[in-house]
Amino acid sequence: MTTVLSPAHPDAALDTPFTIAGREFRSRLLVGTGKYASNDAMVRAIDASGAEVVTVAVRRVNLDRTRDEGILYHLDPQRFFLLANTAGCYNADDAVRYARLARAAGFNEWVKLEVIGDAETLLPDTAGLLDATRTLAAEGFKVMAYSNDDLVTALRLEDAGAVAVMPLASPIGSGLGLLNEFSIRTIKHRLSVPVIVDAGVGTASDACLTMEQGVDGILMNTALAAAADPVRMATAMRSAVEAGRLAYLAGRMPRREVAVPSSPTEGLLE
Amino acid sequence: MSDITVSSATITPVVNGEARSIRAGSTMGDLLRTLALDPQLVVVEHNRAILRDRAQYDALRLATGDTIEIVHFVGGG
Repeated sequence: MTTVLSPAHPDAALDTPFTIAGREFRSRLLVGTGKYASNDAMVRAIDASGAEVVTVAVRRVNLDRTRDEGILYHLDPQRFFLLANTAGCYNADDAVRYARLARAAGFNEWVKLEVIGDAETLLPDTAGLLDATRTLAAEGFKVMAYSNDDLVTALRLEDAGAVAVMPLASPIGSGLGLLNEFSIRTIKHRLSVPVIVDAGVGTASDACLTMEQGVDGILMNTALAAAADPVRMATAMRSAVEAGRLAYLAGRMPRREVAVPSSPTEGLLE
Repeated sequence: MSDITVSSATITPVVNGEARSIRAGSTMGDLLRTLALDPQLVVVEHNRAILRDRAQYDALRLATGDTIEIVHFVGGG
């Protein structure tokens, strides 16, 4: 049992429901489960994040030491919504195979689709991503497609049947934050399906700024797992996502290049 | 491999990329029990076909040269 700081949660009435493909989710912060120093650290950080959706990867069971390495020994699938990814896939066929294996685990028909095109940047292979999205959508999968921050790619993914598009803030694991606010805003403005920014967020201000663009949510992993104190960072991210969301809904004041006094200009002493 | 009995009547399917000797006549269910794997926590692919119904494990007899992939969920982003 961990004691977690309780950030000020916005009254639910202040936000709008967060819905993907007709399913309502509690938290706009989605988290990964990779790269933690220990399973215990992972579980405590995820608790602190308040996330409902947690991503998992599909890999061969290590037959020589099977116990303890499966994520389901540590995360209760009744408590979290398991979103399997196709990380590590470099073509549509492999991604489809991984997605089918994940669905056969029996939890749900959702997949975070990754088709990677370049090993150094882990940027997506757009053609493969579209192919795999079409195939999986036709098989009844709910495809959440990890995409670059390109509007036309995002539009094509929506046309191909993705239930959400997940443009990157910056490359996976980079922690560089939101590199192109304009692209993300434009994608959100033009798409009908939810837009979840996935990858690149490094710290709380990145998450807040990203949510201020109006996107529906953020998925992050390394920002929590690689923080010196993952529980504190998860708590900060939870607040940042909520703060950014509310600031977006509140509507920021216009920017001005000159000062405008906040105090009355009348009644000043002679 | 220490817990797998090797006798004259064995077959050698390829499991997760590695040839494994198991008793002839073994089923997929036998293989999972031998490997001490909980069927509820893994997904099995047999010769590139995913076995979506776990109830069929005990009816599926394995043969030399079969390719079996046993996967599960691990941490990932």
